[in-house]
Amino acid sequence: MTGDSENLAALVIYFLVVLGLVALILLISHFLGHRRQDAKDYHPALNEPFESGVVSVGDARLRFSAPFFLVAIFFVIFDLEVVFLFAWVIGFEESGMPGFIEALVFILILLAGLAYLWKLGALDWGQNPKRRLGRVAMLAAEKAASAPTRDENTPETL
Amino acid sequence: MNTAILIATVLICLLSLAALLIWLERRLLGIWQDRLGPNRVGFLGLGQVVADMIKIFTKEDWIPPFADKGIFILAPTIVVIAMLMAFAVVPFAPDTSISNLNIGLLFFLAMSSLAAYSVMLGGYASNNKYALLGSLRAAAQTVSYEVFMGLSLMGVVLLTGSFNMSDIVLAQKEHGWFVFSQFVGFIVFLVAGIAESHRLPFDLPEAEHEIVAGFHTEYSGMKFGLFFIGEYLGVALISAVITTLFFGGWLGPEFMPPLFWFCLKTFIFICFFVLLRAAVPRPRYDQLMMFGWKVMLPISLLNLLITAALTLARAS
Repeated sequence: MTGDSENLAALVIYFLVVLGLVALILLISHFLGHRRQDAKDYHPALNEPFESGVVSVGDARLRFSAPFFLVAIFFVIFDLEVVFLFAWVIGFEESGMPGFIEALVFILILLAGLAYLWKLGALDWGQNPKRRLGRVAMLAAEKAASAPTRDENTPETL
Repeated sequence: MNTAILIATVLICLLSLAALLIWLERRLLGIWQDRLGPNRVGFLGLGQVVADMIKIFTKEDWIPPFADKGIFILAPTIVVIAMLMAFAVVPFAPDTSISNLNIGLLFFLAMSSLAAYSVMLGGYASNNKYALLGSLRAAAQTVSYEVFMGLSLMGVVLLTGSFNMSDIVLAQKEHGWFVFSQFVGFIVFLVAGIAESHRLPFDLPEAEHEIVAGFHTEYSGMKFGLFFIGEYLGVALISAVITTLFFGGWLGPEFMPPLFWFCLKTFIFICFFVLLRAAVPRPRYDQLMMFGWKVMLPISLLNLLITAALTLARAS
């Protein structure tokens, strides 16, 4: 078990065996599992998505929160950069000091990018405190602008 | 022929290990929570494993009519296949691994990240709101923790000069266990490993107090069982890889065979995973994500830089 082709062959055989095994497990459970043809008559809720007893409204093909997309994009950026680091690490002895300096610059740029994202608030999950503050300020300004007009219409004594 | 025997042995051992781990976890949790756990069926309750297996095999093979049928069946198989494949590169003893790939470590990283598809597709195909939430959480969490999971191992690769798992173990013979020289890398990898296998305290994708059972809310019978097997295989895999990379793999005193030392170290880590579940509460989801990006990622980058600088300084 030293040659590369032997290793690859073993891996392929192993993959096929694993594939067969998982298929077998599913098949066995498919044939052993008991079936209820008339289940619908007894359990009308059986064909509903489970939502803790609340009747389901609409399906689950919903728009979801944008930070998930942000995380996916950060992943692509950072993981690609990590791949470059893999290549440097495996050739570490050969590249020596020049390689280290280049990797240092690369990692510092990475960290600077991370710091920038951090400062932007892109890494904060949920409600952005900066944006919330902006909204409060906006509402306050709106209230201040509408206050004089409301004062004219409302009676002075209450 | 030798390979065939090895493959059969590994598969039988792994699948029975995954089933046994369920019993082990329930017993250990029971002990730590001052109760008994399953102890009625057979010796020490070991028969519970067989009973559970028979039960889950005879459950109805149920696919919800509102689900996306093909993907719904495919999803749980991906995690089991990926986790079993990753074991192909783990060296159990000298010259005893199914495939002694020279990029073994990269293969492990690739397989462990494939498991993210399983959760993502499972949640999406279920067409259930809780399942969708769980799968989105799982995808974002896995993807975030994966970035520095690879980075944390680069210190080890740098000291060894190879991605081959057997080489890494042999390097620890002269160098000493990497847990001492790469302690930060070990901690980061441990945290990332827990997050990747969705174990407590990082099991937010299936946090039952918020989103029922997360991505597998609609799953039942053996397809649920496959998710379960996948999770326990993940625990065993992370333990085995930690043993190999940081705790000298099969290395140990001569009076016992190498395989014994490997199994013993792996077993200790599996028990540690169970203890974590009993001891540590869940963080909030935003805390989990911020912890990954703001703490672990910079730490693992700095760890790599410092390791490289020290190695260079020693060489010159």
